[in-house]
Amino acid sequence: MKISIEHLARLARLSVTEEEKTLFANQIDGILNYVDKLNELDTVNVEPTSHVILLSNVVREDLQGDSLDREDALMNAPDRTDKFYRVPKIIE
Amino acid sequence: MKYEAVIGLEVHAQMLTDTKIFCGCSTRFGSEPNTQTCPVCIGMPGVLPVLNKKALEFSIRTGLATNCSIASYSRFARKNYFYPDLPKGYQISQYEHPICEHGYIEVVADGNVKKIGITRIHMEEDAGKNIHEGGGNYSFVDLNRTGVPLMEIVSEPDIRTPGEAVEYMKKLRAILRYLGVCDGNMEQGSLRCDANVSVRPGGQKEYGTRAEIKNINSFKFVEKAIEYEIKRQIKVIEDGGQVIQETRLWDPNKGITEAMRSKEEAHDYRYFPDPDLVPLTVEESVINEIRSGLPELPDAKRKRFAADFGLPEYDAELLTSEKAVSEWFEEAVHAGGQPKAVSNWIMGELMRLLNEENISIEKCLLKPGQLAEMLLLIDRGTISTKIAKTVFTGMCKTGKDAQVIVKEKGLVQVSDISAIEKVVDEIIAKHPDEAARFKAGEEKLLGFFVGQAMKATKGKANPQILNDLLKKKLS
Repeated sequence: MKISIEHLARLARLSVTEEEKTLFANQIDGILNYVDKLNELDTVNVEPTSHVILLSNVVREDLQGDSLDREDALMNAPDRTDKFYRVPKIIE
Repeated sequence: MKYEAVIGLEVHAQMLTDTKIFCGCSTRFGSEPNTQTCPVCIGMPGVLPVLNKKALEFSIRTGLATNCSIASYSRFARKNYFYPDLPKGYQISQYEHPICEHGYIEVVADGNVKKIGITRIHMEEDAGKNIHEGGGNYSFVDLNRTGVPLMEIVSEPDIRTPGEAVEYMKKLRAILRYLGVCDGNMEQGSLRCDANVSVRPGGQKEYGTRAEIKNINSFKFVEKAIEYEIKRQIKVIEDGGQVIQETRLWDPNKGITEAMRSKEEAHDYRYFPDPDLVPLTVEESVINEIRSGLPELPDAKRKRFAADFGLPEYDAELLTSEKAVSEWFEEAVHAGGQPKAVSNWIMGELMRLLNEENISIEKCLLKPGQLAEMLLLIDRGTISTKIAKTVFTGMCKTGKDAQVIVKEKGLVQVSDISAIEKVVDEIIAKHPDEAARFKAGEEKLLGFFVGQAMKATKGKANPQILNDLLKKKLS
């Protein structure tokens, strides 16, 4: 097994059952093995690609545009008050 | 055993742009909650962030001012984690290719100039603000700050004492303010500091295990928090324990650092290049253009003040720590003030009055030229240095010229020998015992007579003439 499903699930805030753990582990292993084929290629002289479009230095001027009305911004929130998004208490 | 602390600082500086780093929302502080957001900064699907040109320029400016090399290739990465103030589930930051690297700044600590290395400066977006108070089982989220441009400035672990850490922060803040890229307001959070602290036995080369201290939001706390943490770690080691690598929170009320309840086990941010943002290749010509627009920086100005005005290092350092103060000083000198005298008045009376009234030098009613004029009155003997303090306070409070205040309050120094002689005669006559003792060799009584004469003339007697007369009459 190449990857810890438990770790992955925790990072993604997902709960998985024991059966699902086995199921996903096998599936993800399969995917990774498939992608592993790329390692057969010699890429010593190939620059790593971080972007597929050959563009650089796209910038905007520091000019103010429109912001959303608060109502529109909060509209899709699962929970809210008049002015805020509301979330379960964050304890540190 | 003697221990040595090893300290590195991570400083987050909010950039003074009008708009956010990847969208056109305003960065204004203190607006109504959730009124400065848009689909880009709150992470709606299908949006495209575009870098604010000014944020890039400000970062390069800062890099050049801190002796960094500017990366010819730089790019953004996603730092993945979940937190309610992070609407996208990732923060756009820089990881492998920061915009600036390998710089340093100079600080003066314990009278020595010391170089503190800058590992890197990278651009990133700020998160929103969580409000925990008064919500019972809930917290509230304001996303106005989401996407405000930040520079993260990471130092090398070159700092050895809490005092050096404070000097580093002060110097960095001065540079950022000179550059006009950050207002440096620690209380409002536009300049924030995390400290990596470890200790090791003196002479040991390897670093000890470090703790990261968060929530340090004033110069005083930089010193206090690090001081506490060093003591804590030494005690852990001397008690036979081991320092754990962890994040600790500075509690200013209790004056201690406390381990944060680990909200996640070991951070696993899964950085990867952000596919929404194209890479940056900064041309040499652009760097040169920004370099040519740099202002004179605190260190250069400090050296110039010491050399050109013959000021002690201490004066030069203090006068140049704030750009506005340094400019005020230079204006007063150009108006004819003797540099060391101007420096003394700024560092003494002016700073005291500004602190008392809690205003900045820009808001002070007293203008530099007016100080120069007052100094001229002292030189001419129109007022004594002692009276000048009263005049100076009056000038600061009203903005009136020194001459006006001197006239209004009748503070002109008495340099008329016969007038002073009259006072001296009266006082000697009134205190025959003291006069006799002085004549018998008790010279420290001169101060007594000077005091009496100043009292009689309401401080207006010319001290030089008074002294001469007293000595003559009493011998």
